[in-house]
Amino acid sequence: MALTKRIIPCLDVHNGRVVKGINFVSLRDAGDPVEVAQRYDEQGADELCFLDITASSDERGLILKVIEDVAEQVFIPLTVGGGVREIADIQRLLKAGADKVSINTAAVLNPALVKKASEFFGAQCIVVAIDAKARSGTHSGWEVFTHGGRNETGLDALEWGLRMQEAGAGEILLTSMDQDGTKRGFDIELTKAMSDALEIPIIASGGVGAVNHFVDGALHGGADALLAASVFHYGEMSVNEVKQAMSKAGIEVRL
Amino acid sequence: MALVVVVDYGMGNLRSVEKALAHVGMADIVKVSGHPEDIEKADKIVFPGQGAMPDCMKELASRRLIEPIRAASTEKPFLGICIGLQLLFERSEEGCVDGLGLLPGEVRKFSSNKLDDRGAKFKVPHMGWNTVDIRQAHPIFEGIDSDEYFYFVHSYFVEPVNSQIIVGKTGYINNFTSAVAHKNIVAVQFHPEKSQQAGLKILANFLGWDGCWSG
Repeated sequence: MALTKRIIPCLDVHNGRVVKGINFVSLRDAGDPVEVAQRYDEQGADELCFLDITASSDERGLILKVIEDVAEQVFIPLTVGGGVREIADIQRLLKAGADKVSINTAAVLNPALVKKASEFFGAQCIVVAIDAKARSGTHSGWEVFTHGGRNETGLDALEWGLRMQEAGAGEILLTSMDQDGTKRGFDIELTKAMSDALEIPIIASGGVGAVNHFVDGALHGGADALLAASVFHYGEMSVNEVKQAMSKAGIEVRL
Repeated sequence: MALVVVVDYGMGNLRSVEKALAHVGMADIVKVSGHPEDIEKADKIVFPGQGAMPDCMKELASRRLIEPIRAASTEKPFLGICIGLQLLFERSEEGCVDGLGLLPGEVRKFSSNKLDDRGAKFKVPHMGWNTVDIRQAHPIFEGIDSDEYFYFVHSYFVEPVNSQIIVGKTGYINNFTSAVAHKNIVAVQFHPEKSQQAGLKILANFLGWDGCWSG
């Protein structure tokens, strides 16, 4: 028995509702975050990630209610990302019942936030999300992008990862902007490079289209956790199926 | 109706612990509090913790909680979680700080850059789901098998002087102590409040425990 690789379904939440066409059978309300979270919990999800994509600042508070409700029913770690800009945002989310908070753009704009947040709340609850894209001319071959891959930053992805580890990140949520949405699998090279360079756990994200992609991400990418959204939402596979396949491949998972 | 006090000393997120206890302890009152008088009044104590041990000790001292916790630890069913386990020991490598010294032993950091059988690096913190090899029967592990998974997140582990207090061990970079018990004290390195059904079972067991144990 050993530490297992984690499977993390990610839910996009807009104005307090889960979005993206959910294809679960027998859900009463596919947009209800609690129901969706419970379903993933039953399937054996090791953690859940909520990405708040609410655009209007007026509706931002709605994610807090979502987290509060989910945390009352689902007893696995909950990570929340999207729109986390300052210490007060983190405080509100943790108070609502989040266990970890993921910081993306704000970390690039204000790297001191990560250090401060880690000192204040502990590294265990600070996840730094890095959106990386292959770029010739960078030292490692990958550059950090923000705003969903639209804005380049000039930062080398691996150097940025090391800097964030230094600043007190507890883990890195690494999304390949090249693979995201392609269904061709995780960016193994990128994941492996980051995992080898850093001492903290790496969550691989972006590109899953088949069960064996999870196996590859863990075995060849060296990811400590694997995150996916649409394949789970659209019912293309269940968390349990993924874990069964990983277990068959000799990877330790919680079944 | 028992009063269960979750000790709040400003370190970390206690909502999860509170919610999980409320979920399993329908007949109990769960109160998150940092007031010494609540700890004195409590029937049972849950002592969680996150963050760095030196900060935890500083907060406990400035809130005048060290004596109430010491007193509670000698007489009431007492559950330490994560840093709440580490704080019970004498000393930690983390910032070379003294703990509460209720149990003899030290808190040490996992070695970095160690490789597993496949040649992959062991990450620190030890974060995720791992099993607990139950070495001694204890009421809070009633109904829990040794292959049950629990959620861990920590970079330090305890090294008790007396092996008699070791209730559970977990394999990672080294085989470390993940659960200890001594009389009315029981403490775990993992987070039962985040360990799904197995974790809730531990919390329910704790709420049903009278605090008597002689291992």
